[in-house]
Amino acid sequence: MTVSPDLDRRFRDAAVTLDLVDVGFDVVESPIGPLFVAASGQGLATISFETDPDAQLDRLARVAGPRVLRSARSIDVARRELDEYFAGERRAFDLSLDLRGLPAFTLSVLDELARVPYGETTTYGTLAARIGHPRAARAVGTVMNRNRIPIVLPCHRVVGSSGDLTGYAGGLDVKRTLLELEGAR
Amino acid sequence: MMQAVAIPPFERFYEEQRGDVLRLLRKRLGADRAEDAFQETFLRALRAYGRLDHGEHLRAWVLTIAHNVALDTLRRARPTEEFVEVPSTDHGPAYSELADLTDGLGHKERAAVVLRYGYDLSYDQIAAALGSSPEAARQATSTGVRRIRRRIAS
Repeated sequence: MTVSPDLDRRFRDAAVTLDLVDVGFDVVESPIGPLFVAASGQGLATISFETDPDAQLDRLARVAGPRVLRSARSIDVARRELDEYFAGERRAFDLSLDLRGLPAFTLSVLDELARVPYGETTTYGTLAARIGHPRAARAVGTVMNRNRIPIVLPCHRVVGSSGDLTGYAGGLDVKRTLLELEGAR
Repeated sequence: MMQAVAIPPFERFYEEQRGDVLRLLRKRLGADRAEDAFQETFLRALRAYGRLDHGEHLRAWVLTIAHNVALDTLRRARPTEEFVEVPSTDHGPAYSELADLTDGLGHKERAAVVLRYGYDLSYDQIAAALGSSPEAARQATSTGVRRIRRRIAS
């Protein structure tokens, strides 16, 4: 028997309002394509260019708890800030982040990454030096590669030492678009 | 060694079971009242979901919750009438295997005994199904078992 979209939405809204959800997720439309966005009580947990929830649900459940539910309401704040960012009206995100389960090295890299200002770029080597491991550029690259919260944690602002864009989970076109949006260089 | 069945993310569980839950509730309550009961069923399941020990028998578990929510709804609607318990046909084999034994128990006791001994669920899970505390679930189970023993003995 099919559950009507209205009944379905009412249950999902009630679950979030009653604070019964460990992590809520939804797909957000954006100028760079649809984004999978997930948030827990601790904050924004995931932004992904891979929008099939099946690829994400098990990992989210492992990190945040089994009560994983699709719900527009649970990511309202993140959606609003992303919309503003893409409209060019927001230069910094004001969101708490859920980075549970990440190793200390990764956290220190992400912490430094978060300080790279809007509209500027840096290199993997520079980031590595800033966290006190000047020879760890490759390891920093791996952390960028696995960044769970791209855009908000701006790995698109990190480029190769020669200035090429090198790589991006959403594709190099997306990286270029984000840098252009920010007016970088 | 037996490997415990992993608890699926709630979204997957909900998508798999919501159709059957709504069907059961419509049959019991009609289309209108089934909607509130549907919400209540999955909110009860969600409340207990973080405390599940394993992912086995989730279908029997959520249908038992739905069954109890339907009973609560009917009781609220007709508080003075004696409610006649209709055995559910939506449950798996454990329900029917234990049907003879559990005949004559109140619906909470019956559900508790079947979920505990038919499906090996924890008192937390049974509590969610009954909409009660784990302690009350334990009590309902042992009262049910005592009644069955007494009846077999007599």
